[in-house]
Amino acid sequence: MATAPEVRGLGHSVMRKEDERFLRGKGTYFDDVVLPDMLHMELLRSPLPHARVVSIDASAAEALPGVVAVITGEALAAHNLAWMPTLSGDTQAVLATDKVRFQGQEVAAVIAESAYVAKDALELIDVEYEPLQAITGPQQALDDGAELIRDDKDDQTSNHIYHWEAGDEAATEQAFADADRIVSLETHYPRCHPAPLECCGCVADVNPATGKATIYMTSQAPHAHRTLFALVSGLPEQKIRIISPDIGGGFGNKVPIYPGYVVATAASLLIGRPVKWVEDRTGNLISTGFARDYHMHGELALKGDKMVGLRAKLLSDNGAFYADAQPSKLRAGLFHVVTGSYDIPAAHVVADGAYTNKAPGGVAYRCSFRVTEASYLIERLVDTAAHELEIDPAELRRTNFIKPDQFPYTSATGFVYDSGDYEKALDVALDMLGYADLREEQKQARAEGRLLGIGIASFTEVVGAGKGKDYDIAGLRMFDSAELRVHPTGKAVLKLGVKSQGQGHETTFAQIVAEELGIPYEDVEVQEGDTDHTPYGLGTYASRSTPVAGAATAIISRKLRDKGKDLAAHLLEVAPEDIEFAKGQFSVKGAPERVKTIQEVAFAAYSDLPDGMEPGFEGVHYYDPPNMTFPFGSYAVMVEIDRGTGEWKPLRVVAVDDCGVRINPMIVEGQIMGGLTEGYAIAAMQLITFDEDGNAIGANLMDYLIPTAQETPAFELGETVTPSPHHPIGAKGVGESATVGSPAAYVNAVVDALAHAGIRNIEMPVTSGKVWDALVEVGLAE
Amino acid sequence: MTEATVATPPVQTVSVTVNGEPKSADVEPRLLLVHFLRETLRLTGTHIGCDTTSCGACTVLVDGTPMKSCTMFAVQAKGAELTTVEGLAGPDGLHVMQQAFHEEHGLQCGFCTPGMMLTAIAFLAENPNPSEDEIRFALSGNICRCTGYQNIVKAVQSAASSQAEGS
Ligand code: FES
Ligand code: FES
Repeated sequence: MATAPEVRGLGHSVMRKEDERFLRGKGTYFDDVVLPDMLHMELLRSPLPHARVVSIDASAAEALPGVVAVITGEALAAHNLAWMPTLSGDTQAVLATDKVRFQGQEVAAVIAESAYVAKDALELIDVEYEPLQAITGPQQALDDGAELIRDDKDDQTSNHIYHWEAGDEAATEQAFADADRIVSLETHYPRCHPAPLECCGCVADVNPATGKATIYMTSQAPHAHRTLFALVSGLPEQKIRIISPDIGGGFGNKVPIYPGYVVATAASLLIGRPVKWVEDRTGNLISTGFARDYHMHGELALKGDKMVGLRAKLLSDNGAFYADAQPSKLRAGLFHVVTGSYDIPAAHVVADGAYTNKAPGGVAYRCSFRVTEASYLIERLVDTAAHELEIDPAELRRTNFIKPDQFPYTSATGFVYDSGDYEKALDVALDMLGYADLREEQKQARAEGRLLGIGIASFTEVVGAGKGKDYDIAGLRMFDSAELRVHPTGKAVLKLGVKSQGQGHETTFAQIVAEELGIPYEDVEVQEGDTDHTPYGLGTYASRSTPVAGAATAIISRKLRDKGKDLAAHLLEVAPEDIEFAKGQFSVKGAPERVKTIQEVAFAAYSDLPDGMEPGFEGVHYYDPPNMTFPFGSYAVMVEIDRGTGEWKPLRVVAVDDCGVRINPMIVEGQIMGGLTEGYAIAAMQLITFDEDGNAIGANLMDYLIPTAQETPAFELGETVTPSPHHPIGAKGVGESATVGSPAAYVNAVVDALAHAGIRNIEMPVTSGKVWDALVEVGLAE
Repeated sequence: MTEATVATPPVQTVSVTVNGEPKSADVEPRLLLVHFLRETLRLTGTHIGCDTTSCGACTVLVDGTPMKSCTMFAVQAKGAELTTVEGLAGPDGLHVMQQAFHEEHGLQCGFCTPGMMLTAIAFLAENPNPSEDEIRFALSGNICRCTGYQNIVKAVQSAASSQAEGS
């Protein structure tokens, strides 16, 4: 903690600046926006997962008083808007014209004077469908003769989307040939949904007089969305203003562009009045970006207790439109970081994707582009190997960790890990858990007929994309930006290209400026989310705000500090080389009583400048990261299984995270606890699934289970700090570590409780029903 | 939502007291209480997170009892005293529950926060000195996707102790 308590730079758990408006109910979420003459839009969704659209009769709906228009795909097609590009370079129907391809797909939109009337009108639209066979799994999709889902695409002759490989196949084959043991795991990381508490929506306001489109929308990436809107609609980009107001949670769900946004904007353009679209929860769960849905086959080759090779084969269920939100060059995202925390010399990943009659998505749900699937696979494989080899899972990890002196470490699939000390994090976690004692307790309990399990996950993440040369979204390089304006009185406004959805940017980023310039954090106002008033950036997801925009903030602060030195030299009548800066004060070297404060220097930038110096105390920096950052940690969970019911309960959850330097420890811990909860949710209950006819099960919050305070375990948090060597303040990003790392810890714990009886895997979500089946299978049910 | 332009259905007059102030409006009988608060009265601190009475984002106090305002018609609240999040802070500043959520970092995106605080306030009125398990049970009708609940539980504990000290 370098800065004084009143300045509040790095390391201070200061309370959040954004809280007050939320606590008073005075936040502005998009649905709170009301514009004069505003209309309301509701979407008609397909009840069928796969069908030809024969006809749509909207006449009765149009005749309902209060209805202003009914928009169909045909009407959009007349404006070339029936289809839009996805984030993965595919196309997606905005409103169906030829076929519907998943249950819940958008078919028509009603625009009315009130949302109630719009809903009434939906009932009056008559759509005739000709049902087709629904394909509900990628294996089935790739069968010979399977119904072609994307018959709209000329070049598409099967449901196969992509084939992608990473790593060295020959070296990996050799490692497997030389191995004395091969352990394998077949598993499905099930489809789940981020389900932020606020659903998606927008208020689109295309001004007929100026032609300016102002769109208030739930967007984690407002600048990228503006560009995509321009490309889709043909509107000039300067005539589009995206305002992403307060967002009620995102978790990746608010990264893609959804048909609702496009239709509402088109409707506003055609009608000349603002149009609000508020998605309901069912619409959110059945049509917007799902996550995961990876069928994985992993194999680990060992020599003794040393891991020597890793193979992974993936089959991805992408739904009806390939809309994964991930860098364009990487078809399986960053899955190939699958060697995790381990020094595995050879690895090879083969990934294929298939269309199915399910909603599109593939969003990074609190995850950096498929890192979660990778982390789950390796951490489950390590435990499987430990049980097969009868080695303690903690020991097997320790033996195979990348060692601190190996950093920067180049993984077998080409990632350059920046820094790490994996053993230390594991030691802290095991210590906090009391691992050795608990292993004893587990044995004793077993003797008494009770089933305890201990699960560990020592994950490594890769976050903070770019660098821009290698990582882009829809062609846009993944840099980010910060614009800092220090006013004459020394108060500042910081404008960012990213966008908080609860992560506390207004506090955290003010603290970075406080640290670097000595301006108290209270005096720094952070602004985000308005594309007319913030510099371009790629947005907040994949834990990239601190690694990328945080770095931009530190660097622009330092640039102003350099200018401040020149100004202070002028004021103090010495040479700039004689000025030093610390804690908000510019002083003369060797004469520390001769000082100018940052506030005095800021005032001078507008009032008393040396000849030839550009006035003002402002600047903008666009930061293209030299590399990703690699947060890591060790999670250790103890569970107990009820032999009478199959229910399992986490009794202890210890999480040791190393996200580099922590800016606001309170906020960091909040992020970790949120992630541990979502990790638990995915491991235990959250599931978007379909029946064999393609009906979405889990289409509301009664069927899609989300943990409440009652099920959620209590968390014990620990930390180690290994700064990122290439980040200006050594921070790595933390928003997703716990969602990435923890599911394997929970599942490892349940499997560990049953491993002595020969159980090696239970698929997520690990429901009591599945545990009960396992208990019955091995004769442990009571 | 209550605009007269589409007033084909009959309307009824709803008179309520909201945060101590009398309010009256003519509404469609089918208008949900949450929409009455958000759209008719423009009290947008009450949120909507689901269609199935599952999330609690819409929780308000109806005569002191937490109710999910998405599952009540406005006409059912006729004559009631309603408290929404906008009514919590007083002239001297934040309510102890608001202050406790702030200090314990019991909110992130803030979307669940109004409903969560109102549920907690009603709960402490009934059980001023609860155990952690009792708090977790009391909050189990309110979903939070961001915080993992631990700091919310701490906030409720801290509000309980401030109230005990203050009484
Ligand atoms: S909006 Fe979810 S319970 Fe009312
Ligand atoms: S703070 Fe975001 S849902 Fe609770």
